Amino acid sequence: MSGIRFHDVGCIRGGRLLFEGLSFALTPGEAGLVTGPNGVGKSSLLRLAAGLLEPRAGVIARTDRVALADENAALDREATLGAALGFWAGFEGGDVARGLDAMGLAHLAAIPVRMLSTGQRKRATLARVIAGNAPIWLLDEPGNGLDADSLARLETAIAAHRAGGGIVLAASHQPLGMAGAILLDIKPFVPSAVEGRGGEDKPVSTTLDTNGYFDA
Amino acid sequence: MNAMLLIIRRDLAASFRAGGALLPVAFFLLVATLFPFAVGPDAQLLARTGGGVLWVAALLAALLPVERVIAPDRDSGVLDQIALRGVSDEMLALAKMIAHWLGFGPPLMIATLPAAALLNLSGETLGRLEAGLAIGTPGLAALGVIISAITAGLRGAGALAGLLMLPLAVPLVIFGAGSLGEFGGGGLKLLAASSLLLVAIAPFAAGAAIRAGRE
Repeated sequence: MSGIRFHDVGCIRGGRLLFEGLSFALTPGEAGLVTGPNGVGKSSLLRLAAGLLEPRAGVIARTDRVALADENAALDREATLGAALGFWAGFEGGDVARGLDAMGLAHLAAIPVRMLSTGQRKRATLARVIAGNAPIWLLDEPGNGLDADSLARLETAIAAHRAGGGIVLAASHQPLGMAGAILLDIKPFVPSAVEGRGGEDKPVSTTLDTNGYFDA
Repeated sequence: MNAMLLIIRRDLAASFRAGGALLPVAFFLLVATLFPFAVGPDAQLLARTGGGVLWVAALLAALLPVERVIAPDRDSGVLDQIALRGVSDEMLALAKMIAHWLGFGPPLMIATLPAAALLNLSGETLGRLEAGLAIGTPGLAALGVIISAITAGLRGAGALAGLLMLPLAVPLVIFGAGSLGEFGGGGLKLLAASSLLLVAIAPFAAGAAIRAGRE
């Protein structure tokens, strides 16, 4: 089965256990929305999914390439936006124009990346993901700094990606319009003693239902 | 292979666009200009010591761009994105090393021509110096990439890079300057051996450092 699958995954960052026993699976066309308070490990979960971090426990299986949009744009500041996106398109193919159009950046293609505003840079980061051919998108707080129009564009792009058999795993603490997204609340998997009721109603060793995920 | 070429081309474009590639050359020529002022205009003395001075200048010039080889790409997320595209950290380090060398090695060898004239070096010494730099600068580039990967993300990385790199570069300077003297052939061979060793271990050492620094 293609897609991405977490099985009983635990994550330790900086000597602190962030979460453990986390299991879920996403298949083509599905989307997952990771929620939870700041510092609970949403970004770490996405870096685990990307393979940039090794899980402390459990297994993470990916059958396809992933694209990650996190807080770092990874675009050369001195290059023009078009050239900076073109560098990444050179690796895996892809269509820079598609990414620029999707995020409404086509008119900025000749502008150096360093001249972009915070919101425009976030849109450029998302355009990098949209322009690429990776079937699995990992989006870390994709709505941060976006205006209403850009947010709508992002939601349209996500819907189109899923309609084409793509997978989206997004972490966000603000509402993100993803129809039928699987809600992944990390908090129940945080060991107890961490603020509030987290660990009590879900002991850390609990395994989830057979599919291993919550349905929203 | 395609990925390596892309990374090399990008790094080279970035170093020339920012004017960073001129910095080592300007520094190198400045040292060659200052040295006669410091020791006096004795032509014989300059001819005898000039080669060694240029080796030290080349080493210090190679140190200048070290801070920018790995750290900016690590901070801007470029290293993560390259890793996501299936490029191993060792391949990345190898590409970085080649681009780093192209950015300062050949320019320094060209700058050696006017520098040799400033120091009254003979044609024979100049020839040996150029041969030594051709063999030795890849070793300096390898060392630079290793140190850059190790110090990326640390505070005061620039100063630390100097402290770490200079002692490790001692063999290159000894054999490089030694190749200018009486038993030059042996010096050149030992220089080649040291340089080869550094070039061979650099992708693995720097790759491991990049991996360890990923968080």
